Amino acid sequence: MSFLFTVSPDFTPDHLPGWYIFNSWLQKKTNLAIHLEIYNDFKGQREAILSDSVDLIYANPFDATMLVREKGFQPLVKAFGEADEVMIVTSVKNSVEEVVQLEKGIKIAFTEDPSVFMIGSILIEPSDLNETDINPFLLDTYVLVAKSLIKGEADVGFFLAEAFDSLSPLIKKKLKILVRSQIDVIHHSLMIGPELLNKKTVILKELVEMDGNEKGQGVLNSLGFTGWHEINENEMEFMIDLMDTLVT
Amino acid sequence: MIIDMKYEDIVGEYKEVSLELYHSGVRKILYTEIETPYPDGKLIVSTTNPDGIITHVNQSFVEMSGYTEQELVGEPHSILRHPDMPSAAFQDLWDTVRKGDKWQGFVKNLRKDGGYYWVKAVVIPNFRNGRLVAYSSIRRKPSRTKVDESIRLYSTMF
Repeated sequence: MSFLFTVSPDFTPDHLPGWYIFNSWLQKKTNLAIHLEIYNDFKGQREAILSDSVDLIYANPFDATMLVREKGFQPLVKAFGEADEVMIVTSVKNSVEEVVQLEKGIKIAFTEDPSVFMIGSILIEPSDLNETDINPFLLDTYVLVAKSLIKGEADVGFFLAEAFDSLSPLIKKKLKILVRSQIDVIHHSLMIGPELLNKKTVILKELVEMDGNEKGQGVLNSLGFTGWHEINENEMEFMIDLMDTLVT
Repeated sequence: MIIDMKYEDIVGEYKEVSLELYHSGVRKILYTEIETPYPDGKLIVSTTNPDGIITHVNQSFVEMSGYTEQELVGEPHSILRHPDMPSAAFQDLWDTVRKGDKWQGFVKNLRKDGGYYWVKAVVIPNFRNGRLVAYSSIRRKPSRTKVDESIRLYSTMF
C-alpha cells in the first residue's frame, strides 16, 4: 500500500526538489511506500484532502485547522524558527509609504493562499479598509503578484514573507515593503492522517533526530530548514484557537 | 489579588485612581496621557484560564504592556484595565464569551509605565470536548477612525 504525501502549494519554488529528496529520505528511514504529489493550486490539494486521499501533509495553518477538526489529522513537527508572516508590498513607484495611506478601491493582488489573505486583510485594517473596500486580483503565484505590482496592474500585493524573500534581487529592487507581520506563533506543520497514525511514533522519531546526522542535515538544507521541532496536540490546539480568533 | 501600580514605574505626570476590578478586588491605578502608538504588523497574543488569569503571552504583549512575561503570567488580564474604559464594555465582553461567542471591540489598555495604547481586540472561548478550558485573545492595530469613535462612545458610558 502506498501513502500519499503533499505539500501546501505556497512553498518556495526553489525548494521543490527538496521535497522530493525529503520524501525519498522518509521512505528509506521508515520502509513505507510514500508517493509525493505536488498540486499546482490550493483547489486541487483541497479536493484531495476532502476525498481522504492525503495521508501526510506539510500544511499551512489555515488548512491545519480543517485537517485536525474535520479529518482526524494529528500534528508531527514544525520547522525550527519558521513562522508564517505576511507582507504588504507595493511598487517603488507608488507614493504610498504606510498602510494607513491606502484608500478605498485599491486593487490588491494575492494568491489563493488562505492564511495569507486572512492575515493580509487584518494588516490593512488600520487604513479603515475591509474586504468590501478592495478590488481583489487573484493570481496563481507570488511571482505573478510581484509582476502585477511592477507593471502597475495592482496597487498592493499580499505575500507570504518567505515567498517574497525568495524573489530575485532584480524583482525585489522594484518593490517596496509597507509592512511585514510579526505574529511569531502561526506556522506550517507536518501532519499525519488517520491511515498512517499507527506509524506516527516511528515517523516522529526519525524527524526529530533528522538534524543529528550529516545526511539528514543535507536533506533539511534542501528544504531551507535546520531541523524539526515536535508539536504536541496542545500546541496545535493553541494555534487553531488563534486561527479561530483571527477569522472574523 | 492584583498588584498595585508602583510610583517608581511611572513615566511622566500621572493621575491616581482606585478601580474595582472584576474578581480581582481594588487596584491603585497610576496613569498618564502618554500614548504608545501601536506598531504596524504586530499582533498581541494571550491566553487566560477560565477565570481570566493569564497563562500565555507573546513577545508583542510584553513589549506593548511594558511588563515582563514573568510579571504577566499568573496575573488577571485586568492588569491592563485603563480607567477610561467603562466597566460596561468588559461586562459585555464576559457576557459574550461566557455564552460561547466571539467578542470584538476597541480597547484602551494601560501600560506598566502608566501610559496607554489602543487595540482592536478579539476574544474567543476555547473548548476541548465541550468543556471551556481557556480564553484566547488577539489584539491588533486599530484604525484611528475607530479609536476616535470609541473615545466618544466610552466617555458617555460612565
